[in-house]
Amino acid sequence: MKRALLLMATMTAIGFAAPAVAQTVAITGGTVALGDGSAPIPNGTVVFSNGRIVAAGAGVAAPAGATVIDATGKWVAAGIVAGPSELGLADAAGVAESNDAAARTSPFSAGLDVAATINPDAVAIGNERVGGVTRAIVAPRAVSSIFGGQGAVIDLGADAQPLTRAHAFQYVELGEDGGKLAGGSRPAAFAMFRDALTQAQDYRRNPAGFDGRGKDSLLKRADAQALLDMMDGKVPMMVHVERASDIRAVLGLTRDYPKLKLVLVGATEGWMVAREIAAAKVPVIASALADLPAAFENLAATESNVGRMTAAGIPVAISTIGVNDAAGEHILKQFAGNLVAIARVPGATGLDWGKAFASITSKPAEALAMGDELGSLRPGRRADVVIWSGDPLELASLPQAVWIDGVSQPMVSRQTRLRDRYITPQEGALPKAYSY
Amino acid sequence: MTLGVVACAGDGAKPKSAASKPAGPGLNKGYAHDPFPSTYHAYPGVPTLVRNATVYDGEGGRIDGGEVLFADGKVVAVGKSLSVPAGATIIDGAGKWVTPGIIDIHSHLGDYPTPSVQAHSDGNEMTGPVTADVWAEHSVWPQDPGFGRALANGGVTALQILPGSANLFGGRSVVLKNVYARTMQGMKFPGAPYGLKMACGENPKRVYGSKGRQPSTRMGNVAVDRQTWAKAAAYKRKWDAYEKDGGSAPDRDIAMDTLRGVLAGEIRVQNHCYRADEMAIVMDMAKEFGYKVTAFHHAVEAYKIADLLKQNGTCAAVWADWYGFKMESFDGIGENLALLHKAGACATIHSDDENGIQRLNQEVAKALASGRRAGIDVPDAEAWEWLSLGPAKALGIDGQTGSLKPGKMADVVLWNGDPFSVYTRPEKVWVDGALLYDSMDPKRRPVSDFELGQPGMGDVK
Repeated sequence: MKRALLLMATMTAIGFAAPAVAQTVAITGGTVALGDGSAPIPNGTVVFSNGRIVAAGAGVAAPAGATVIDATGKWVAAGIVAGPSELGLADAAGVAESNDAAARTSPFSAGLDVAATINPDAVAIGNERVGGVTRAIVAPRAVSSIFGGQGAVIDLGADAQPLTRAHAFQYVELGEDGGKLAGGSRPAAFAMFRDALTQAQDYRRNPAGFDGRGKDSLLKRADAQALLDMMDGKVPMMVHVERASDIRAVLGLTRDYPKLKLVLVGATEGWMVAREIAAAKVPVIASALADLPAAFENLAATESNVGRMTAAGIPVAISTIGVNDAAGEHILKQFAGNLVAIARVPGATGLDWGKAFASITSKPAEALAMGDELGSLRPGRRADVVIWSGDPLELASLPQAVWIDGVSQPMVSRQTRLRDRYITPQEGALPKAYSY
Repeated sequence: MTLGVVACAGDGAKPKSAASKPAGPGLNKGYAHDPFPSTYHAYPGVPTLVRNATVYDGEGGRIDGGEVLFADGKVVAVGKSLSVPAGATIIDGAGKWVTPGIIDIHSHLGDYPTPSVQAHSDGNEMTGPVTADVWAEHSVWPQDPGFGRALANGGVTALQILPGSANLFGGRSVVLKNVYARTMQGMKFPGAPYGLKMACGENPKRVYGSKGRQPSTRMGNVAVDRQTWAKAAAYKRKWDAYEKDGGSAPDRDIAMDTLRGVLAGEIRVQNHCYRADEMAIVMDMAKEFGYKVTAFHHAVEAYKIADLLKQNGTCAAVWADWYGFKMESFDGIGENLALLHKAGACATIHSDDENGIQRLNQEVAKALASGRRAGIDVPDAEAWEWLSLGPAKALGIDGQTGSLKPGKMADVVLWNGDPFSVYTRPEKVWVDGALLYDSMDPKRRPVSDFELGQPGMGDVK
């Protein structure tokens, strides 16, 4: 067995561009967090090879010839799966020129597709990777129609191929924002929704006769095709709603469109209709800590929302939506930790540690039916592995090594470079511009 | 002639008519400096001893197995083996922490309350780049549900409400005790100095540039600033002369009153500013006109000029890890606070956010972790200064609150564990010795008027 220092994984990107995926790595001695909802396993081993997890847990032996990394005293965990986010779509979200998440004046809507435009070199991808985020759900924003377009799932690896899955879902706004986009009311949003799906069916029946190119057409051909994929259940419909009554209305859509694969996003009042969501077997990506009546559609917001929905049997992931994401997606671990914390507050419903960690690893993957591929350290999953200095949900813990698809990732980011440049603010013999 | 001095403090005396006696001359007698006085009062408490807890006194001190005694709204003693007054409530703090209440130096609660509907957008008077005449307190909705969340989830006992950053001179701030009241004055921190919100950088130039008027550039920002300060200096000269020598009173200008207050050292400048180079320019501008920037808020690049900030005695109020959301935040790093601390510069955490204000202790914990990764090991007890005493100093209320020192307001939080752990929540929060949040008691959980009778009323939140 080869023994490698943990430091090996902290080398710079150069030299790692060609993925050494065939290599077998065994990380031993650490507390293992599988990400599948189970409790952390002390003194476990994680083995991956060819970019996939081979085995993880207690009593797992390091295979002969594996590179063995000693993680004693540390935690070895599934990488964080973030989203919906704008990672790779925007360099600085507030700088319009850099932001491809929203297409305010495009004639297209559902047909918009983020897949080809993800920039794996975006600074935020490198920063968040160092923060333990290994995959992200990337969603276009709905700004000119209730249909935002087709989102993707990406990896945050330091390489040129960010896509894990293109056309991973259609993003739809209903509720208050949807009403605004459709002309000013929720009825307008539902009218737009139903009309668009009807038009998509027209397109299916007679593509040649479909007026998708006219100046006044409400739906372009690409939009119609994207909506057919959604209506047929080939692509999940990720729909943002907050209010209990809006959630009910969305669940009711499956009466007319039975093949829709719904994924609810936001759902701050989800706890009020938890039994209905559970009965419909619809996953939720909730705003983790939204607890303010931020709008009239979130009056009943509470940090117990995720815990109550989970207790009702709903698979719940969490996201930064609705509670600021200005910190970056690595903040998800803090949110998950808070869901453990509230379990100690009388009257509140939180999550146990395993479920909390799953809410930022396997649950987001499962929401898009990708749980067999991503989000946990169970055998066969992509080897997205993070060694943490301690409990990954704890504020004091930081990643020390990151693998994505079994490939060791650089632990240097633009942020660490800025830090190193200004560790002392004074200029030296040359201006700061010469230190890099 | 103004009636300023007539602000009769509810003593039943008849107001003197303006005609009977001119207000000036006399230092500060030209007009009322406190026309909307605080009516805040401490709520009743019981003498309370928390014992066997880990105590951070807020001034860098840590006592393991420590005790905190407060009574009549004030901290009585902090230490070990304190004598217990008869009838005192005794709380066992085993496994728990006691700290001073958290003070958020940058909040818009009340001015941008939830629900965040257009009708509630009262934080930015976006009608001109210089609105030094507006006072944030005149927008505060004391029923904002955010106050209760900041108390119950965040252990926040005082906060500064600032006007927004659309304008170069955004107006006056107000410091509040985090206690629901029927009126803004009922929350107003007694005796807290006013602040002047200023902004540099992208917001003012964007807001006014898009209207096709000055400022539309950073240089335009500074031009309008300097022109305005020049005017303020002239205004101050006139009023100073009048207050000294009498004569006929100069015309009042409500905006200039505030800037005169800054030039006189009575009002503190709280300056929204991200970039290192711009902060340096602003500090020079302050010297040119003879005022001081008390704190740069947001200060994402403060770490680049920690030495300069220290040299100027100017604080940086920062986030733990916000970055990249706009051009001037592109260089944000998690080590900002630690690097400032290392350089000996004054630094505090801040939220600028109705969600972030609920977790400022956690924000500091993240900043500590980043600092330790960079080899800067700030002790936990010392880091509490970023949460209470630091902001209290920058707000000019450190004589009354911000640390657990005998005689100070009993603004106290009992945490159910290490407050820098993600797994910890406030268990009890006292403001002026009154128990205003108790996680164990559903009735010690504020429900604002807005939430009354609505879905979720009285939930744990």
